[in-house]
Amino acid sequence: MIPSEPTPPSDQVTTTDPAANPTNPDSTNPKTAGHSRRVFLFKLSLLVNGAVGAVLAVPILGYLLGPSLKKSSSENSWINLGPFNDFPEGETRLVNYRNPVTTPWDGQTGDIPCWVRRVSGNTFQVFAINCAHLGCPVRWFAQSKLFLCPCHGGAYYADGTRASGPPERGLFEYDHKISGNSLLISAGKMPTLATQACAEPPLTQIEGSPAVRLAAIEQPKSRCSSCQT
Amino acid sequence: MPNLKQRGIDVYNWFEQRLGLGAPVIEAAEHEVPSSTSSWWYVFGSAATVILILQVMTGILLALVYTPSASDAWNSLQFLNHNVQLGWFLRAMHGWGSDFMIAIVLIHMAQVFLFGAYKFPRELTWIIGVFLLLLTLGMAFTGQVLRFDQDAYWGLGIGASIVSRVPFIGGPLVDLMLGGPIIAGPTLTRFFALHVFVIPGILLGLVGLHVWMVLRLGINEWPMPGRLVSKKTYTREYHQLAEKTGIPFVPDAAWKDAIFAAAIMLAVVACALWFGPFGPTGQPDPTIIQTAPKPDFAFLWIYAVLAYLPPSLETPVLFIAPTLGICAMLLLPLLSGEGEKHWSRRPVADLMIAVIAVTLGAFTRLGMYTPWSPIMNAWTSDPIPPTYLHNRTPLEREGAIVLQNKQCRNCHSIGGAGGMRGPALDSIASRMTEDQIIRQVLQGGGNMPAYGNALNPSETTALVRFLTTLRGDDLSPAIDASRRLALSSEKQSAPSSGH
Repeated sequence: MIPSEPTPPSDQVTTTDPAANPTNPDSTNPKTAGHSRRVFLFKLSLLVNGAVGAVLAVPILGYLLGPSLKKSSSENSWINLGPFNDFPEGETRLVNYRNPVTTPWDGQTGDIPCWVRRVSGNTFQVFAINCAHLGCPVRWFAQSKLFLCPCHGGAYYADGTRASGPPERGLFEYDHKISGNSLLISAGKMPTLATQACAEPPLTQIEGSPAVRLAAIEQPKSRCSSCQT
Repeated sequence: MPNLKQRGIDVYNWFEQRLGLGAPVIEAAEHEVPSSTSSWWYVFGSAATVILILQVMTGILLALVYTPSASDAWNSLQFLNHNVQLGWFLRAMHGWGSDFMIAIVLIHMAQVFLFGAYKFPRELTWIIGVFLLLLTLGMAFTGQVLRFDQDAYWGLGIGASIVSRVPFIGGPLVDLMLGGPIIAGPTLTRFFALHVFVIPGILLGLVGLHVWMVLRLGINEWPMPGRLVSKKTYTREYHQLAEKTGIPFVPDAAWKDAIFAAAIMLAVVACALWFGPFGPTGQPDPTIIQTAPKPDFAFLWIYAVLAYLPPSLETPVLFIAPTLGICAMLLLPLLSGEGEKHWSRRPVADLMIAVIAVTLGAFTRLGMYTPWSPIMNAWTSDPIPPTYLHNRTPLEREGAIVLQNKQCRNCHSIGGAGGMRGPALDSIASRMTEDQIIRQVLQGGGNMPAYGNALNPSETTALVRFLTTLRGDDLSPAIDASRRLALSSEKQSAPSSGH
């Protein structure tokens, strides 16, 4: 439709003319004299615009894909959770920290909670708040010694291993260290199955005879906590 | 007066001479459609378009106030609800409009499918319609994110967790979705851009194409059993039908569309007035973990499906099933573009609609009361019926306290109160023997965690003693059939060994 705008209706007649009278050369008609040249120039203009488009696409794609091109290691940094003696031995507590990477307009969303378990002495476990199933916030129940997820009922034992429900692995754990008096964790990125994938095959429901079940429970394996270190 | 009328016609002609739009629009409005299509079954497409216009208008009005910033979005919604004159009503209209839109689009799709309207020559109209459905759902999800509350925050977490399961590129995709390492300001702004610019732009463009094709190809005639669609003859037959029984779309057929659209709009207004706006629920503060996130109505069925899939099947089903479903919808008109249109001659199509509708309905219903979710505070508040404590020994009553303290109620109900994740315990002793209860409590199994580490021996004894008293309305207790056999065989063998 657009090409028909600049060309007058008589153009249609001239284009059929050469077919009807092949003896009539194009050059005799002033309207078609420069036709092939203009077609060439139009194609050239398409080419130029294609090149400009390709040049423009580089910064646009770079801008768009920027967040996913960052190396994830650069987003984690050591965060101080406070003096480690503030955590009673044998207890699991909720601790909030300010994410190391935030924007000024992040507001409350930049505050991230995590579960700190002081097993004994200098032995700690720091779990992400996000359920390994779909990222909902798990809650610690001290009496039944379970983490429960409100979304789909994923349950984890005190050491973060999977107890039951839809999660295919245990809770995500942050790397931690004790520096001086303080407990530090390496965090900054929302943990997901993509960043903290577990090498072990997913644990399905324990099935089979009671003896097999008993054997599975009597030999507790440190699931996933080993493959993250 | 005639002078004024002439003046009006002159003004119209002045514009028409320059725009040239009036004549083709009038022609399109008055084009002949088969009289059989003047039906109440043919009103859903136009109703969806009308609601789309409502959504665009209310959306623009909300954007006058809404602040797409993670720190202020929730406050701006509260401001809209409470401080802006009729802001609550606009929010309610937009929210209910979105629910109605999804419902109408689904009904429209089912009607088009049952009437065989996707067959030749309207294959592309259907394919574009499939994309319109996906875009509508995209609008619903991104809109839920813009209502930046607790559900939106954790809904984004669920979205990111699903995306993270994509093989190989899951990690970068999560970063792309969140716009940063965590759910925060950049996440909200990119969902704002999607909800306000990207998806509506594509949606409006495709709706234009969709309507253009309906005008160009003609509305699907009312199907007749035995009148088969053939690519060679259909167009001619359709034009004959339109000539023989044709009526002008406007006004002869369009009045039903207009009445239905008005009814739907009134329904949206009524829902908005009666039920008010959706949320916002709690603040989008991840440190407030006392929450049970739930998606909006349109996605409840996915939420339910995700609760029931076994862990090993979850990731494959999550990605393969939607891909297959969308491909099937896209390929449907290409693979079955000819043949029978009438629903009475297409039992498989009828069955599919029935099965899909029942499945979606059942999972949505389950998603509404989430029986798989533990009730996180049941253990603190739900009472134990007095009859279960009457005439019980101190040890058994102690067991009732253990049951409460160890948070068993979060998953198990007693007297109708408590979680539904595990079985109700009212008649547990009529199904399980004491040994079985001990084993189940200590070792777990099925969907139950092992409580061996959380109970000391005296607590276990008390709990099990209490549980063995729970036999519903005095049902007989469960017995170990093999034990009686073993005992009787011991008795039989005892005298012989005594000799």
